[in-house]
Amino acid sequence: MIEVKELRKSFEEVEVLKGINTSFDTGKVNLIIGQSGSGKTVFLKSLLNVYEPSSGSILFDGRDIMKMSPEEKQTLRSEIGTVFQGSALFDSMTVEENISFPLDMFTNLSFREKKRKVLEVIGRVNLQNANKKYPSEISGGMQKRVAIARAIVNNPKYLFCDEPNSGLDPYTSNVIDDLLLEITKEYNTTTIINTHDMNSVMTIGEKILYLRLGIKEWEGDKDILATAKNKHLIDFVYSSELFKQLRDFMLENNQTSLINDKPEDNEIEDSRIPKQK
Amino acid sequence: MLKRLFESIGEYFLLLGKAISKPQKRNVYMKLLVREFYDLGVNSFGLVLFTSFFVGAVVAIQMFNNFDASSFPIPNSFVGYATKTVLILEFSPTIISVILAGKVGSYIASSIGTMRVTEQIDALDIMGVNSPNFLILPKIVASVVFNPILIAISIVIGIWGGYIAGVATGNWTTADYITGIQMYMPSYFIWYAFLKTAVFAFLIATIPAYFGYNVKGGSLEVGRASTQAVVWTMISVIIMNLLLTQMFLS
Repeated sequence: MIEVKELRKSFEEVEVLKGINTSFDTGKVNLIIGQSGSGKTVFLKSLLNVYEPSSGSILFDGRDIMKMSPEEKQTLRSEIGTVFQGSALFDSMTVEENISFPLDMFTNLSFREKKRKVLEVIGRVNLQNANKKYPSEISGGMQKRVAIARAIVNNPKYLFCDEPNSGLDPYTSNVIDDLLLEITKEYNTTTIINTHDMNSVMTIGEKILYLRLGIKEWEGDKDILATAKNKHLIDFVYSSELFKQLRDFMLENNQTSLINDKPEDNEIEDSRIPKQK
Repeated sequence: MLKRLFESIGEYFLLLGKAISKPQKRNVYMKLLVREFYDLGVNSFGLVLFTSFFVGAVVAIQMFNNFDASSFPIPNSFVGYATKTVLILEFSPTIISVILAGKVGSYIASSIGTMRVTEQIDALDIMGVNSPNFLILPKIVASVVFNPILIAISIVIGIWGGYIAGVATGNWTTADYITGIQMYMPSYFIWYAFLKTAVFAFLIATIPAYFGYNVKGGSLEVGRASTQAVVWTMISVIIMNLLLTQMFLS
């Protein structure tokens, strides 16, 4: 579990994150959504300590990253798997070498043991025929799967993904979503995904955090999204005509499993945001 | 602007502080080192051989022309001696290092810069890898070890270029040239040349690495950083050349 308390981050005079409080549960897919410039990436990179937060605390199963020594941070980082927006695979390494990299750097496993683990995760993400290829020789969807394989090869406790579906076709996006959901359950990771993909929000969003202008405006889950009362959230999630019609249909029929009987029970709004008319 | 320059120098030394430390994993480091020997050293062989041959030939021809035009007679054997000395003291260590600053410097700045803008360096940092150490230290070691080898080869090829120029033009005999090459020269000239080369190699590996590591933006910025890296590396090599010459030969 990751707990975030009063997290603030400023760049010179500009405050990008304005005191965020939330928590991300273990074994769940947690999504962070929001418009471009809402602070999603800064939030994710602050969690990962790529950006040093200005104030607040981030607790990884009770361990505050802000108070950790460099050695403790090193240990924590070996428990984290990350999938970047552009995959961030090492160009000079083959698929197999990329996946093996965390094992090479942080374990003392034998060559045979490493090979076994790498082949296991390659099988897990269905990339059996791409072992010896370089990242530039495979498609974007395959690169994302390699990035996921690299992130999970060391059995991480925490999995961070920055827009894993960006630039992918709808079918491949679904494959990636399903894979992330399965891995979260299988490895019992605390998975945090930064996404713009509303299909992901509605299918794998076991917890959804909506950021706007550096503030947490809403949090809940996919089942109560359609009935959320936050106008900014509704305008953002159901911005396309198709999604608007889908929401209207769901609300009219009240027959989809996406809607709970009492949605307001799971819905949390930031108390600092003025009520909308 | 001066403030920015001092900030950059400070950042450069901070980056060096992180880069020059014990590698996290020896076998991974050795693999990287072998690759850098190939990319930075072996891949520069052709350019060094080609340049050195022609530089040696040109130096020999110019020496002959100057000696020939002199108001008092200078034996032709001095063409060989002067070519050898000039190549060892200046042309091979400095000119070849300036050429390598262009070739290797742009490669280092653009490869590290591309890793920065494609988040590969962020990935290393998040994994807990000391990215300056992982990326820069093998380049420093490969350059400092391999560049003196390149310079030694350059000196030999340059002297051979001078010899071929004599054979081709018929201006001096083979015997004269070889006699000149065999003339006494202080041995510390050689050490000075290799010391100079090692210092230049350090600059060639680290200054472009600094520019590449601190790229912000996209491919355009990588290109700009690469150009800046080459310019500043050449300036540093030339200034350092003056300082080292004053320190060791005055």
